[in-house]
Amino acid sequence: MAFNYDGYLRMEKMPTLWCWGCGDGIVLKAFVRAVDSLGYAKDDVCVVSGIGCSGRFSSYVDFNTVHTTHGRTIAFATGVKLANPTKKVVVVTGDGDAFAIGGNHTIHGARRNIDITMIVIQNFIYGLTNSQTSPTTPQGMWTVTQKIGNIDPTFDACKLVEASGATFVAREAVTKPKKLEKIFKQALEHKGFSYVDALTNCHINLGRKNKMVAAMDTLDWIDSITTTKKKWDTLPKEEQMNLLPTGVLHEDTTKREYCDAYQMVIDAHQGRRSKITQDDFEKKI
Amino acid sequence: MASDANSQGKINADGKREVVMVGNHLAALAAVDSGCMFFGGYPITPSTEVMEAISDFLPRVGGTCIQMEDEIAGIAVAMGASMSGVKSMTATSGPGISLKAENLGLCQMAEVPLVVVDVMRGGPSTGLPTRVSQGDISQSKTPSHGDYKSIALCAGTLAECYTETVRAFNLADRFMQPVIVLLDATLGLMHAKAVLPTVEEVEAGIVPRKTFDGAPEDYRPYGVGEDEAAVLNPMFQGYRYHFTGLHHDAKGFPTEEIETCRKLIKRLFDKVDNHLDEIELNEEYMLDDADILLIGYGSAALGIKEAVNRLRAEGIKVGMFRPITIWPSPEKRMYDLGQKFDKVLSIELNMGQYLEEIQRCMGRLDIEKLVKVNGRPFSPKDITDKVKEVF
Repeated sequence: MAFNYDGYLRMEKMPTLWCWGCGDGIVLKAFVRAVDSLGYAKDDVCVVSGIGCSGRFSSYVDFNTVHTTHGRTIAFATGVKLANPTKKVVVVTGDGDAFAIGGNHTIHGARRNIDITMIVIQNFIYGLTNSQTSPTTPQGMWTVTQKIGNIDPTFDACKLVEASGATFVAREAVTKPKKLEKIFKQALEHKGFSYVDALTNCHINLGRKNKMVAAMDTLDWIDSITTTKKKWDTLPKEEQMNLLPTGVLHEDTTKREYCDAYQMVIDAHQGRRSKITQDDFEKKI
Repeated sequence: MASDANSQGKINADGKREVVMVGNHLAALAAVDSGCMFFGGYPITPSTEVMEAISDFLPRVGGTCIQMEDEIAGIAVAMGASMSGVKSMTATSGPGISLKAENLGLCQMAEVPLVVVDVMRGGPSTGLPTRVSQGDISQSKTPSHGDYKSIALCAGTLAECYTETVRAFNLADRFMQPVIVLLDATLGLMHAKAVLPTVEEVEAGIVPRKTFDGAPEDYRPYGVGEDEAAVLNPMFQGYRYHFTGLHHDAKGFPTEEIETCRKLIKRLFDKVDNHLDEIELNEEYMLDDADILLIGYGSAALGIKEAVNRLRAEGIKVGMFRPITIWPSPEKRMYDLGQKFDKVLSIELNMGQYLEEIQRCMGRLDIEKLVKVNGRPFSPKDITDKVKEVF
C-alpha cells in the first residue's frame, strides 16, 4: 500500500512554494516517513526552521512548528529542548542559515551535544533570493553576486560539525531517498547532537545558471560529486578531495548529552549530588 | 525555594521583606519569585550579575539557566523556551539590545512573552561599559524595524529593580510580547537594603498566560479580538500551531492577504493602546503645591528627589513627576502637567531622548533641560543649581 503522507502534512498549505522538481520535497517525504516509522506522536515533535526555501519546511508539517529569524534555528531549538528535555526537537535549515549567518550557533549547538537533530537542506546556493553565493557554493560556479565565477572557498560542513562536537554526522543526497530516510531515522534516534547534510538540487537557481540545463542535470551533478563513505575511504587523497562521502560519517555514543549534563547542575543545586568536577567527564581538556 | 537565606531576608514590622542586595540580583530574584523557569543570556557589563544570580536560583527550583554563544542566541534561546510555554527572561546592556533587536521584532510579531532586562551603560558603541547612562530610552521604544508597540519599564529605586521585574512578567503574559526592564549601572550595582513584597504577595499577583482549552480544530491562536493579545498554548499538549515572523493568519501561518496584514499590525498597537490603564505607572512627588515641575526617571530620580527636598528647604516650591512605565509614555498625564506648570525642567542622563516625548505630550517646546553624558550620575547640586539658573 502506498504510504499516506497526509496525516503528517498541513494539507491546506499544499502545494508548497518550492519549485517543481525541487529536492526539498524529497527531504520532506523522507523525514515524514522516518518519523512515521519511529512512531513518534505528532504532539511530541517540534520542528524549527529558519529563513530561505528550507524555512518553509516547518509550516508544511503538522508538528509544533517554529519559523525563526535567519540563522538562529539552533538557538531557538536549544530553548525548546532545554525546557522540554523529553521531547523531540528537529531543526530543518539551509546552508546559508546554518553556515553563513548562523554558523556560530551551529558550532555551539554541536559543541554542547544537545539532543537536537539538525537537517541541513544543502543546495549549494541561496535559492529563494535568486542565486547569491552560499558558503557551500563550489568555486568557479556562476552566482548572481559573482557573475564571472565564485572565488570564495567552500567548506565541508560535516567536518565542521564533527570538529565542533556533534556525535552523529551523516550525509546523503535526495537522489537516494530510501537511504536518506534511513539516515534520518538514525539521526532522530541518536541521543545527542545529530547532523544530516541532505544534498539537494536547486535546478532553477543553481543548475540552469551553471550549464545544467535540464532539471535532471543537477541531480546527475550531485551524484557525480558524491560517493559512499565505504568507497571514499579507499580512494587516494587527490580523488577524495573532489568527492563528498555519503552515509554515516561519524558516530559517538559515549559523550554526555547536554540536557543530561544540565540535570547534574540541578541535582547539585538541590543537594542530590556534590559539585561537578572534571572527573564527571571523560575528556579532561 | 529559589531564595537562599539572604534573599529571603527578614520580615519587618509592616510584613514586608527586607533584603540587602545589588539591583541586578534583585531582578534575578524577582524573576524566580514570579515563576520564571528559564534564563538565556550572554555576559555583558553592567548586567552580568543578573545571570550570575539566576544561574544559582533557577536550578534550585528545577529551572534552567544557559550562557549562550552570543547576545543573539541569548534572546533566541529564551524565546524558544517561552514559545514552548515556559516563563523566560534574558538580560543585557545597550550593545546587547542592539544585537537582540531583530529577535525582539520576532518576539513582537509572533507575540512571544519575554522579559528583557537592560542595564544601561554609556554609549553609543562600546561607550562607557562600567558607567551609568540612560542612553537606551529611544532604543527601548523601537529596538527592531517595523511597526509595533513596546512596553518598557524603568526602575528608579533599588526595590523597583525587583517590583518592576515582577510587573514585567505579568505584563508580558498579559499582552503577549516582550517587556523591557530598564535598570542602569547605578541601580544594577547599588548594594543596599531594599524593602520588597513577600513571595506570597508576588505569587498572589501573578497573571497567568491565557490558554485555549477547546477542541484543537477550533483553536485560533491569533484569531482574537481586535485589541486582544494572542492566546498561545504551550507546545506538546495537542494544540499544534505555527510561530513565524512573517505576516500570519489566525492559525499563525504565513499570509499576504491584504486585510489580514493590516489588521494584524493594527492589533499589535491596539492591544496596548486600548489598555493603557493596566500599563501606566508614575510617581508624583510634592507636585500639589509646586510652582516648578521636574521630570526625570530611573536612577536620575534619586538625585532629583533629594534636590526637591533641598530646594523646598530653601522655600523654592518644586515637585517631581517620574514615569515608571516609560513606553508607552503617560501621554495624558504629561499633557495635563504641561497645562498646569509654566516652569518645566527635564532631567536625563542622555542628550534629551525623553525630552522629545515630553515635548510631544505637552504640546510645547519651551521646556528646560538638564542633561549629562559623561558616565557620571547627577548630584542633587547639579539639579538645584540648574533650577536656580533657569527659573
